[in-house]
Amino acid sequence: MPEPLLEVSDLRIRFGGFTAVDGLSFSVRPGEVLGVVGESGSGKSVSMLGVLGLIRTPGAEVSGQVVFRGRDLLALKNAEMRAVRGREIAMIFQDPMTALTPVYTIGWQIAEQIRAHEKVSRRAARERAIELLGEVGIPAPEQRVDAYPHEFSGGMRQRAVIAMALSCNPALLIADEPTTALDVTTQAQILDLMRRLRADHGSAVVMITHDMGVVSEIADEVLVMYGGRAVERGSRRQVFHAPRHPYTWGLLDSVPRVRGARARRLPTIPGTPGASGQGCPFADRCAHSFAACAEVPPLTGGSGHLDACWLPEEKRTR
Amino acid sequence: MIGYILRRFGAALLVLFAISVLVFLIFFATPGVDPAARIAGKNADPATLAQVRASFGFDRPLPVQYALMMKHLFISHDLTSFVNRGTLVIPQIIEAVPVTLSLVVGAAVIWMVLGVGMGTLAGAMRGTLVDPLVMLLGVFGVSLPVYWLGEVVNLITQKQLHDSVFSWVPPLGYVPMSEGIGQWALHLLFPWLTLALLYAGIYARLLRGELINALNEDYVRTARAKGLSERRILVKHALRCSLIPIVSLFGLDFGALVGGAALLTEVVFGLPGVGKLTYQALQNLDLPVIMGTVLYAAFFVVLANAVVDVLYARLDPRVRRA
Repeated sequence: MPEPLLEVSDLRIRFGGFTAVDGLSFSVRPGEVLGVVGESGSGKSVSMLGVLGLIRTPGAEVSGQVVFRGRDLLALKNAEMRAVRGREIAMIFQDPMTALTPVYTIGWQIAEQIRAHEKVSRRAARERAIELLGEVGIPAPEQRVDAYPHEFSGGMRQRAVIAMALSCNPALLIADEPTTALDVTTQAQILDLMRRLRADHGSAVVMITHDMGVVSEIADEVLVMYGGRAVERGSRRQVFHAPRHPYTWGLLDSVPRVRGARARRLPTIPGTPGASGQGCPFADRCAHSFAACAEVPPLTGGSGHLDACWLPEEKRTR
Repeated sequence: MIGYILRRFGAALLVLFAISVLVFLIFFATPGVDPAARIAGKNADPATLAQVRASFGFDRPLPVQYALMMKHLFISHDLTSFVNRGTLVIPQIIEAVPVTLSLVVGAAVIWMVLGVGMGTLAGAMRGTLVDPLVMLLGVFGVSLPVYWLGEVVNLITQKQLHDSVFSWVPPLGYVPMSEGIGQWALHLLFPWLTLALLYAGIYARLLRGELINALNEDYVRTARAKGLSERRILVKHALRCSLIPIVSLFGLDFGALVGGAALLTEVVFGLPGVGKLTYQALQNLDLPVIMGTVLYAAFFVVLANAVVDVLYARLDPRVRRA
């Protein structure tokens, strides 16, 4: 098993009295795609922002260890962290409509990132930008490089953002719901593109999403988050074919099925997300909760398939 | 871009024409008012009235009257004041323009530098003590009325401390640039500062708000994720976008001030600018001068707006095609 590229252990992020991420641990191997799933508010995005040191809220506390290529990112100085951001770890955000600065051309913004990390001429950076735009499937990139963000459609902007993220050949790409704001056809195109780019560039990808369909298409490993904690972790096969945590069952059940009898009503997970304070964060909404759930279950399991649930083996049937 | 500029200035010309017609109608076609009597001033003798009637063509249709008026204003430049008998209006305005321009341009430079500086500082240092302190200073500037502040400045620099700290301050009044840049600037220094203080406060507050909004935008997060330095993010991304509304406000303020809105400052500091000219004309009900200055003011407001729109298009690519 190769050395992990990114190893996060016991990451905790607190905003005042509120704990957004509570002891999250996971690792990403080079070239691997990790799908991070969970509802809104489960701490997926904020944990990744924490990894990159992008949490700017005053009073936010980030603790734990984020080891990337042997260095603890949380201990790096600002300038050192800047050299990692954008060059070794790139991030794509959810809404491509607002992710680009409206007053600069697409090419300028890509070139800006290249020139922030590499000593290349303006002309060379521009050439690279054109090349990248072509690579992400923007037609006539020599002309489109001088277009402004508002002249692009949502899908094209997301392509441009991806081109920008890949401009310095990062070892890790964090994609925070990159397809959520796009229509279904464009979603599929963007996922295709990301799969192809991963093959070409060999970057590892952390794909944050609440869409189980996206995970099933692209992820090698899956991390299911709830209430700021990891509740299940395993390979895509394990999580989709033999899910162990009641929350994962709920997530999978709430996806409509194409084959088989049509459900009269699509099952939902009752209640609303929110940590229950003490004990298992999911206990309030869990149909299977019992006395043991008053304590926080540890993430345990064998053969790379871990889950955080007290439920005994014989009751693990959906 | 060139097309946009031409279109914009074409529109400005149309607006100017419309304003001139409107001003003309207000002065010449208000029902129940004899424009000749107004122009001739209070207690005019019948001979003067007859002269005014002939010269402005009041016995002829309105369009002809309009054309005659415009001829007096723009072609023969012989619009005459009847209150101050025989004084030509246009040369008076032309003489007053450099004074007002000197005052407003200088003050504008100071208030833009101060306002953008203070706003950026406060916005970027939000959450520290610097932010409320700078903003307090801004409120202070906004809440001091120019006529009061100007009088206080005069009292201190011209009288109370004139023999000690402020002995270098020249007497009130205007010295043209041709008599030396140093003297020109020295005479205008306190008027500049007084006028600039008010606007600097407004601009600083506005920019701070814009900047704080911009710093919360997604594109700033993208810029951080790109690994750019905080300074570059602030200047190139957040500030660049925050300046767009500032520029449009600046155009309005600048145009209005050059058009005569600096009246209070001019009166307090004894500067013979357009504002002061208007003020005197209003006191004497000197109609030709009032008409002249109103049209002049409209010209500057419209011109400044056109320039700002062009600048705006430079700053914001989204506007260019609109």
